Amino acid sequence: MTIQNENFFKIIRAGINTTFQDLGRKNLYHIGIPFSGAMDNRNYLISNKLVNNNLDSPVLEFAYQGPLLKYYGDKIVISITGDVNFEIKKSSKTFIGNCYESYIIEDQDEINILSTKKSVYGYFSVGAQFDLEFYWGSCSTNTKAKIGSNDGNKLIDGQKIKLKKTNDDLTKKNLDYINSSIEKIRVLKGTNYDYFSEKGKKSFFEKEFLVSKLTDRMGMRLEGATIENIFDTNIKSEGLVKGVIQITSDGNPIIMLSDHGTIGGYPKIGVVISADYDKLVQLFPGSKIKFQEIELSDAETLFKMYEMETQKLISQI
Amino acid sequence: MIKNILNLGDAALYCDFGDDVNKEINSTVIKYFQTLKNEKIEGINNLTPSYNKLIISFDLKKTNFKKMCKIIENISINEKDSLSSNRIEIPVCCEENFSLDISRLEKKLKLGRDKIFDNFFSKEYFCYMTGFIAGMPFVGDLHNNLRAERLETPRVKVPKGSIGITEQFANVYTFESPGGWNIIGNTPKKIFNNKKELQPNLINPGDIIIFKNIDLKEYNDYSE
Repeated sequence: MTIQNENFFKIIRAGINTTFQDLGRKNLYHIGIPFSGAMDNRNYLISNKLVNNNLDSPVLEFAYQGPLLKYYGDKIVISITGDVNFEIKKSSKTFIGNCYESYIIEDQDEINILSTKKSVYGYFSVGAQFDLEFYWGSCSTNTKAKIGSNDGNKLIDGQKIKLKKTNDDLTKKNLDYINSSIEKIRVLKGTNYDYFSEKGKKSFFEKEFLVSKLTDRMGMRLEGATIENIFDTNIKSEGLVKGVIQITSDGNPIIMLSDHGTIGGYPKIGVVISADYDKLVQLFPGSKIKFQEIELSDAETLFKMYEMETQKLISQI
Repeated sequence: MIKNILNLGDAALYCDFGDDVNKEINSTVIKYFQTLKNEKIEGINNLTPSYNKLIISFDLKKTNFKKMCKIIENISINEKDSLSSNRIEIPVCCEENFSLDISRLEKKLKLGRDKIFDNFFSKEYFCYMTGFIAGMPFVGDLHNNLRAERLETPRVKVPKGSIGITEQFANVYTFESPGGWNIIGNTPKKIFNNKKELQPNLINPGDIIIFKNIDLKEYNDYSE
């Protein structure tokens, strides 16, 4: 449909950390640019499918409290995924929305994303193309490096988000899905596993850790038992990947997340398996977790199962 | 050559070129990096060369550790690939407000500030790698008597443009970021351009860096 009038959202309240995200950027670690992209990949893909978008379309990711948006323009489909409280206001009627269900909104409607429940991230997708700039093939916003759409910044109160092209297909869709959370995070031994004392290794796999408040898109800091290092609390700086668990000089674990520094100098005790990543990022501060050691072949099998389940969910929409 | 390949999690290879940090080992790492980058191997998501390691992360939907190992073990390195070797001058102002850790360094190194600055500015440096934050260069090697440990408690915010030193290396904070290096000055020069997709980094591995001491007036008048 060619748009006669301008279609846009007015951001009445931006929320805590609302950014544009997609699948992220590849092949830039060597110059220090991280992967970025939606933290919870499965919920990102599902949110696009619910509004008949290509699966790699940009969406709005929010953390804890989401935005309050007012819409101006032609009818479009929207959806919200994750574990989120939200309301939709149509003329004078306000109703509570359900995640994993798409809604048709029209001129002057408001969407109020109040909060995530027992999780951190949620996704807001629209059956349209956001009018965005792409850098290195991605719209993903990295607010620390000021890279990506919206000049590398999170959304602010009062700003406008324009839409370029709206989807013709206004079919409403839904998915029967509940976000489960996990308490056991499965990990593979890291390349510096032997830097730690027997007691330290034992504490790492047996003690409970608390997700601290110092957690964002770059990393998740944990509190609990300190892990004793018997070799060196620094290594010569080297590359990192998503999910690496470093032990800092003070003995506490920090897990690398999607906007992580590409190089680091703390010893790596373990790496979270790919299949558990989506669930890991959704653990909010104060959550209790335990690490469980598994083997590489099991991690690969678990990823295949995770991937099959994701594809199955998408095909059900 | 690669001494050992390990898995780093389920979706990355950890290629170990030994424990030493020197130009020769680093150049081998960079040659592997360039060859793999040019080959555009299906499934590779990222290549991260550092002083003496190369991390290869891959898409677990397309390949796996065993398959990637085989590819890396059988790759022939193009010896002709030469390193970038530009000479780049970086102006640095070490005025009191920029040289955040100079007093600390005087104590740590048991040297006066004039001697510290003399030693720092009298050498040319080699860029080993870029990263941590976008465009940050890690250069070396510092004069033997300038080698200090990181700060015990890292700063939550190191100002943009800060020049840091630790052990045998110096770096430049391309934007405000947390960091634990000893800050001795600040550059007005743009080291990373977030809008320039083809060549966002001013400094690349292999480049030679010359730090030039400037005063506050030159710093304030600086334009590119």
